[in-house]
Amino acid sequence: MTTPLRHAEHVMGTVFSFTVRDPGPGTAAALRRAVERLHRIDRVFSTYRADSDISRLGRGELTLDRCDPEVAEVLERCRETAAETDGWFSERPGGELDPALDPSGWVKGWAIEESSRILRAAGSAQHSVGGGGDVQTCGGPWRIGIAHPLRPGALIAIVAGHDLAVATSGTAERGPHILDPHTGRPATALASLTLIGHHLARTDAWATAVFAMGPDRALRWAADRPEVEALAVLPDGTTRHTAGLPRHLAG
Amino acid sequence: MRRAIVTGTATVAGVILLLSLKPHNSGAGAVSSKVISSGGSSSSSVSASGGSPGSSPSGSAASSGASGASAPAGASRTVTGSAIDTRYGPVQVRVVLDGKKISRIDVIQYPDQSGRDQEINSYALPQLNQEAIAAQSAQIDVVSGASYTSDGYTRSLQSALDQAS
Repeated sequence: MTTPLRHAEHVMGTVFSFTVRDPGPGTAAALRRAVERLHRIDRVFSTYRADSDISRLGRGELTLDRCDPEVAEVLERCRETAAETDGWFSERPGGELDPALDPSGWVKGWAIEESSRILRAAGSAQHSVGGGGDVQTCGGPWRIGIAHPLRPGALIAIVAGHDLAVATSGTAERGPHILDPHTGRPATALASLTLIGHHLARTDAWATAVFAMGPDRALRWAADRPEVEALAVLPDGTTRHTAGLPRHLAG
Repeated sequence: MRRAIVTGTATVAGVILLLSLKPHNSGAGAVSSKVISSGGSSSSSVSASGGSPGSSPSGSAASSGASGASAPAGASRTVTGSAIDTRYGPVQVRVVLDGKKISRIDVIQYPDQSGRDQEINSYALPQLNQEAIAAQSAQIDVVSGASYTSDGYTRSLQSALDQAS
């Protein structure tokens, strides 16, 4: 069996890890391109950089047509996500309290999916890319542990399969940081919410939105979406999930 | 595959709780101490699974260098990872390996300037330690839901394991 090629890259305020199980002659170069892509996305979209296009656009120093062309595209994806989640996603997640432009809820998952796309285009059919707790896998099977939001050191579930995207939103490590876009206040009705789908950009943005919905609405919403399954952990540790979730659990 | 958080291929059943042992309850003590430990003598229930297929060596393209010393060859070695700068300050781990298996991870450096850092670290670092040790027994490729504060930890751990391989 070929030795997997691994790489860890510090970007976007977190670490992205790559595992390529089928490395070939072009893999190292593809990894470099994928990593460059991540840094480029960070330069354009970071709200922590005063000179990013997104910060300058937010301050009114740039118009949309002077921004990197991907800015308009990302904002369009944000609007689509908002429509798909009945307004529970927003590129202005602070609501009226803090109406700053911040498409981060879309950007990180999209960046991970883009990295995977670059590896696929270079011929890899077996790899995983993770960043900040969200994962895109290609090929498989891959075994993905879902961290227990309330019990240090425990996993609450292990999912396994092919071509999975797994995104978890929660309060465990960073405290309440996902805002209810309707109020601008932190959403606290869930300890964590995991969505399992196939394409991380959408799956991750949806997980952010659905986390803010709280458990009842979240589960109802996910049950209507055949593309994803949901696992919700409540603050008291009880779990709820969509009917199709068990088929993803490692057995 | 030596990377503890990202490792393995075997099978484990259904929805499981990985650890029966309690994590170190890092109330006041572990926060003020400079070392947060997991494993060691209390990890026997974790390491009881023995040498696993997930602990075979692997190559790594990780660019982080490793600095630290290995103990003489024998049953147990200690490897210190690079100190990794994070937004909040440096994070550095030290790993004890029994053969190819992690038996103990000490966080020997972590940011603790503010109350918020302490709050995060007293929780997140023991959690990550347990995850790293647990993941190799459960044969997990990758973990979803552990984010942010894990970056420096992951990189320092990776550099220690790269060095050990």
